[in-house]
Amino acid sequence: MSCVFRLNRCGSLVTLLTLALLGTLGSATAQTFSAEQLSGKLVITGASTLAPLIAEIGKRFESHYPKVRVDVQTGGSSRGVADVRQGFADIGMVSRAMKAEEKDLHAFSVARDGVGVILHKENPVQALTDEQVVAIYTGKIINWKDVGGKDAPITVVNKAEGRSTLEVFLHYFKIRNTDVKAHVVIGDNEQGIKTVAGNRHAIGYVSIGTAEYDESQGVPIKLLSVGGVAASTETVRNGTFPISRPLHIVTRTPPVGLTKAFIDYAQSKAVHDIIKQQYFVPMVD
Amino acid sequence: MTSLSNNTLSRWSTDELLCWSLRGIATIAGTIVMLIVVFLIVEALPVLHHVGLLRFFTDPSWHPAEGLYNLTPMLWGTLFAMTGSVLIATPLGILSAVFCHYYAPSVLARPYRRLIELLAGVPSVVYGFWGLVVLVPLIAEIQPPGPSLLAGILILTIMILPTIALMADASLANVPQQYLRGAAALGLPRWATIRGVVFPAVRSGLFTGVILETGRAIGETMAILMVCGNVVQIPSTIFDPIRTLTANIALEMAYAIGDHRAALFVSGLVLLAMIVALVVSAEWVSRGRMYG
Repeated sequence: MSCVFRLNRCGSLVTLLTLALLGTLGSATAQTFSAEQLSGKLVITGASTLAPLIAEIGKRFESHYPKVRVDVQTGGSSRGVADVRQGFADIGMVSRAMKAEEKDLHAFSVARDGVGVILHKENPVQALTDEQVVAIYTGKIINWKDVGGKDAPITVVNKAEGRSTLEVFLHYFKIRNTDVKAHVVIGDNEQGIKTVAGNRHAIGYVSIGTAEYDESQGVPIKLLSVGGVAASTETVRNGTFPISRPLHIVTRTPPVGLTKAFIDYAQSKAVHDIIKQQYFVPMVD
Repeated sequence: MTSLSNNTLSRWSTDELLCWSLRGIATIAGTIVMLIVVFLIVEALPVLHHVGLLRFFTDPSWHPAEGLYNLTPMLWGTLFAMTGSVLIATPLGILSAVFCHYYAPSVLARPYRRLIELLAGVPSVVYGFWGLVVLVPLIAEIQPPGPSLLAGILILTIMILPTIALMADASLANVPQQYLRGAAALGLPRWATIRGVVFPAVRSGLFTGVILETGRAIGETMAILMVCGNVVQIPSTIFDPIRTLTANIALEMAYAIGDHRAALFVSGLVLLAMIVALVVSAEWVSRGRMYG
């Protein structure tokens, strides 16, 4: 995921240089719109969660409109909002619900991100309350027998610092990462699933998209429901699953021309496969 | 006369040309290393400025998002994994080369050597994947959680074994025949010949092999990342998970920004310092005869 993204950044650098060489600097940032051919450059900045997804969508958009260049930079949701407000970026990426003071911006949701708690399939525990999850992750409960399981020590699987899944998880359960007593720290979702699938006493959390897919492929894991809501892409999509968040792209003015074309494209069905590849959930099916 | 002087002249200028191009190539190689070091320092500077180098060793924990940057547990993690694997792989590798040269029948020796070469060619991510789905669950059966220092040491051992085995193999092949014939003429048995004649003769080669395998053990990232558990702590048993400096960078770089990112470059600097220390101590121990 990150590799692809970095490649893309290099690509945009090369593009910039080429543009400069060709002496088209003056028109590089101009956005022109005609019925059959779009051209110009889109600068998109903001949340690192969204950046790989938008970069991939941008690549495909570029392949449809060869004269368009999409430049994606990260820096967090707040940078996305600030850059759009100050006009440094055409589009901002915000990986959370819009705040009340951000009503001046035009927000478009492209996908949702849901995080589900997973156990090994053979673990007899069927459900955990939020308090139990918090107690397990902060090291207050260290044996499965305390939550109705077998007499076995719990292996707590946590995510590496900086990952969006970690942020969503900690935010929902209101715990600080310094308080988490982890036994295993993992990077991406697949590694988390392999770790839980290989350890009958492990508990972890991953993006629901990945977990649902792997579960359907016969990987021995199970997704726990949270607050009585089953963890599935369906409940993430309709917003009923509590550990989830919308992923937005925002503009300062109502989008026109190239910006509008890109936003329409990012919200269209044509990019659903990219969204799923990045373990997010498309808004409509 | 004229042709002779021409010849001399042209030979001289060819030498000159070769000399300068070699100088150029050496400069490029040296410059690349220096550029990398400069780049690491420049990227790490912001965090070194307002956090200071000392806090990377005295902070209570590694939680860069909350401004805590202790690297010491990862330094220990790297050292433990490296030491453990080198201690196991070195005797195994040297003895396997000895077997290959002096004990194995030639029908066996050739395929065996090819097999070791194959082991050297397997990409590290394959070892990591195997470790994650086979080795880690096995260790979890003995002592949970499974991903641990032990898993890391075992995977690293398999990975660096071919380095020392092939290096030892090449050194043994270079032992002068007169030595062996001399030993045979003295009526020395095979093991006495190996211990008393061969080993002293190949000492510097074996030493280079150990340095190379240690370097690989320190630098290995992907496989270690997958089997070690990556919990930032100083392990109290070999069943405790650890995080190495390399895994730290690979794990967090993709999503790190600001000070967090700069702190990862400090991890890189510390890693570089470890390698420098290794090379310097190797030079010192071998007193400059390392490549002799």
